[in-house]
Amino acid sequence: MGKYWLKGSLLVAVMILITIAGFFYTPYSPNQMDIKHQMESPSSEHLLGTDNFGRDIFSRIMVGGRPAFEAGMLAVFLGLTLGTIWGAAAGYFRGWLEEILMRMADGLYSLPSVLMALLAVTLLGPGQASILVAVSLANIPIFARLTRSLFLSLREREFITAARAIGSSDRRIIFRHILPNCISTLLVQASVSFAAAVLAEASLSYLGLGTQPPDASWGRMLKEAQGFAGMAPWAAIFPGLAIAITVLGFNRLGDGLRDRLDPKNQ
Amino acid sequence: MYWLKKLMGMLVTLLLVSMLTFTALYLIPGDPAVIILGTEAEPGELELVRAQLGLDQPVTTQYSNWLSGVLQGDFGDSITFSRGYSVTQLVVSALPVTIPLATTAIFFSLLLAIPLGMFAANRKGTKLDSIILTLSQVGLSVPGFWLGILAIQFFAVRLGWFPPGSMPRWSNDPAGAAISLLLPALVLALPRAAILTRIVRTAMLEALGEDYIRTARGKGVSEWAIVSRHALKNALVSISTVAGIQLVQLLAGAIVIEQVFSLPGLGRLILSSVLVRDLPLVQGTVFTGAALILAVNFLLDSTYPLIDPRIRGAA
Repeated sequence: MGKYWLKGSLLVAVMILITIAGFFYTPYSPNQMDIKHQMESPSSEHLLGTDNFGRDIFSRIMVGGRPAFEAGMLAVFLGLTLGTIWGAAAGYFRGWLEEILMRMADGLYSLPSVLMALLAVTLLGPGQASILVAVSLANIPIFARLTRSLFLSLREREFITAARAIGSSDRRIIFRHILPNCISTLLVQASVSFAAAVLAEASLSYLGLGTQPPDASWGRMLKEAQGFAGMAPWAAIFPGLAIAITVLGFNRLGDGLRDRLDPKNQ
Repeated sequence: MYWLKKLMGMLVTLLLVSMLTFTALYLIPGDPAVIILGTEAEPGELELVRAQLGLDQPVTTQYSNWLSGVLQGDFGDSITFSRGYSVTQLVVSALPVTIPLATTAIFFSLLLAIPLGMFAANRKGTKLDSIILTLSQVGLSVPGFWLGILAIQFFAVRLGWFPPGSMPRWSNDPAGAAISLLLPALVLALPRAAILTRIVRTAMLEALGEDYIRTARGKGVSEWAIVSRHALKNALVSISTVAGIQLVQLLAGAIVIEQVFSLPGLGRLILSSVLVRDLPLVQGTVFTGAALILAVNFLLDSTYPLIDPRIRGAA
């Protein structure tokens, strides 16, 4: 089990490296059409083949991860900041504030993220911005609910009573005493949320709600490949593989972290 | 009392959802009259259409008109691709696709997850257990729509086991309609089955560790009876909770899978209405989707007391 998180981070690292490299170098220009080389199977010239416009699939995979990673980073960042503060306020101060905050979080949480994205697209139009709004809105309540539940149990513990007895301020208790004890659980959730955000971005781009042509995103590439998957299966296989490897990597990382950080397993 | 309270809660939430979507749609830029007539239309004509749609009235009046229409089963008319059809007609024609799709998928999910999860729990720590766990992790990481695209290519196009074309109507060809739902339902089910397998495994392990299992073993109850009658029955509470959450996710997941398999269901209707900004249709389909999800939640809440007598006491 110890190697579990290592395997996960290895998969994640490979996909991050490929994506970062894409900022500096791609074998071909990702949006460059080449009518003479349509739907070519993988070769030494085109590592993963070309699509129906003769575009190099490997180059498009290198840049097509950006929207997915953007969605993951923003979702996790806002979850860890806004969501954590939201849940901490509810779990620490209790009372009517908790009631209002958690009702709001439950309301947001009950809306499936696809529906959220559809509403965002109705308001903002299709594009990466709508995806980011939807994926973030889906994750903030998850972190809020998690943080609140952690705070509810931690605030009753003896070391918190002790801190209060020696006159520590609320702010000190929250940030120095309770929050550090939540970090491991929040990190596990961050990893799982990252995976979910990558999957959500891919699904929404597949539906045509996200990245617009001619730009590449893994989900968008699959949408386009579906039309000629019979003639060029590689165009439908590799972008999906990229999504699956990334999501699997983050899920494994989360599982591995959970096992490692759980004191029961040590 | 328990049911009445849940029912009231559900209706209040539904009302809130409808207000929220109505306000959101009211705020968006873009005039429905322009969508209908095009940008070249005369101002006078636009006024006429706005008046017909009731858009010249305050938003509160518009909402109460819409709501009283809904109470009579009338969601208004579609303003774009399917003009001349009422939203109700379109929604009603989509439900016989989405509901069987989601229920078949949850059935497949349970059918896969319960035996696999029980098996893994029974052989905890063995090679087979870790294979099942690894498979479940892969299963929940693979995007369903990708699986769908590959499944169509392999099973429908190459092997010809399933018709690759569009779904026939239930009234014309019931058998054909049922068959064309099988592959999408299976694809929709796989990621949920992957998660559910882990839940079943954990719940079974927990139940098998209880004192009453030791007592049953001590009495000489057969292993099969212990697993199926004692442990599974108690694991069922957490299994059914997750299965319920999954049914809701399935309804949302259907939006993507219906697109992959070109099924004329509710998800596809929502998607196309959003993309062409057919506001009455968006409002009607989102409302129906929310109502379905809330109804599922309500049904689940009301079955808990039947599964777990302890909840009956609490209510």
